[in-house]
Amino acid sequence: MAELADRLRDAQAGDRRVLARLLTDLEDGTLAGPELGAVFAAGHDAHLVGVTGPPGSGKSTLVNALIRTWRGQGRRVGVIAVDPSSPVTGGAIMGDRIRMMEHAGDDGVFVRSMASRGALGGLAAATWLTAGALDAAGYDPVVIETVGAGQSEVDIATLAETTVVVEAPEMGDEVQAIKAGLLEVADVIVVNKGDRPGADRAARQLKAMLSTAGGRVARPAPPVLVTTATTGAGVDGLAEAIAAHRAARTPERRRVHAAELVRRALANRAIARAVAGPSWDETVAAVADRRLDPFAAADALLD
Amino acid sequence: MTADASARPIRVLLAKPGLDGHDRGAKVLARGLRDEGFEVIYTGLRQTPEMVADAAEQEDVDVVGLSILSGAHMTLLPRIVELIRAKGLDDVLVAAGGIIPDADVASLKAVGVAEVFGPGTTIGQVATYFRDHARRRG
Repeated sequence: MAELADRLRDAQAGDRRVLARLLTDLEDGTLAGPELGAVFAAGHDAHLVGVTGPPGSGKSTLVNALIRTWRGQGRRVGVIAVDPSSPVTGGAIMGDRIRMMEHAGDDGVFVRSMASRGALGGLAAATWLTAGALDAAGYDPVVIETVGAGQSEVDIATLAETTVVVEAPEMGDEVQAIKAGLLEVADVIVVNKGDRPGADRAARQLKAMLSTAGGRVARPAPPVLVTTATTGAGVDGLAEAIAAHRAARTPERRRVHAAELVRRALANRAIARAVAGPSWDETVAAVADRRLDPFAAADALLD
Repeated sequence: MTADASARPIRVLLAKPGLDGHDRGAKVLARGLRDEGFEVIYTGLRQTPEMVADAAEQEDVDVVGLSILSGAHMTLLPRIVELIRAKGLDDVLVAAGGIIPDADVASLKAVGVAEVFGPGTTIGQVATYFRDHARRRG
């Protein structure tokens, strides 16, 4: 296998097969720590845009429409589209790509489907690594589309810089809008399927309920937009709102994001090192025999 | 930590090249392969050979499964194999299913379609074939 530096250079130069294989290696966990670091070191600080929302709200179709807008601006767009793995068989059906086929053949668009492989927060464990690789390859923005999210699959908010929550009309009354969870982490809220009855009313209700946030909530109320992804209506406005969110990025927000990346890398490296270390089997056996508790075991392995 | 290499699911791209509008069979197969533990990427109807090859490249799949009922298999399938190989995807298994006369099977195999599954094939047979013939990586 070629050296990682060579692979990154080829991926940046536009070799899509090399990039695709690199994504596979990241997904399968076959790269060593320094190599993972090199992927991030090669990054260009691409805008990571998360797109989340309930199944069938139109996330993939909206991403497809956003790609059209961004391509019109001359930007190269990377997409990681996550769909759920079966908890029973480990299999998955990934169908997000169906909605994005109009961009097939465009060298400025790279779409990769990813199965969640047992992770529960709406992403796969390696999604952050594959997003980093698309950044390194020169794609900006990098869109991460989550599995169809219910109310608490909020991992995307710790990973993406701008989180877009997509709702559809008739998804519930105002009480749904004030429940804790997904809507709280939104930087931009979209009511998609704007051509359906009730879309404007849903948007008004969301605006009204979210504008009353106070107490310990420091962040401003997110903009609420209406789009019709199938026609493209409202999509340019959404792209503007996403860009405006990045333009308003604060040093504090950068620090929070950096802390999250370090936390993930730390967990990754600490576990890999401990598992590869000389005392792993012995320590696990001690916990199995109840001679050692798991926290004492972790401390011993970290020392 | 991530699972070991032997537990890594086989990635399959299922596509419907050409103009026929019936994808019930492809969807049943997608569902069946999911239940057999495969990761299936379904691209939907009316795919050009270029679209299929592009998707196979970006998704880095182990297997490309092509469902075709329209009778255009002798035009579309060789072209897809050619485009896939031209991208350097030498180790991707390409298989076809649908309505393909026996008389055409030998010519399709000669251009690199590994296997042709006709009506009556069970999902188990397809799954076993993919497991036995898809590339092994690691």
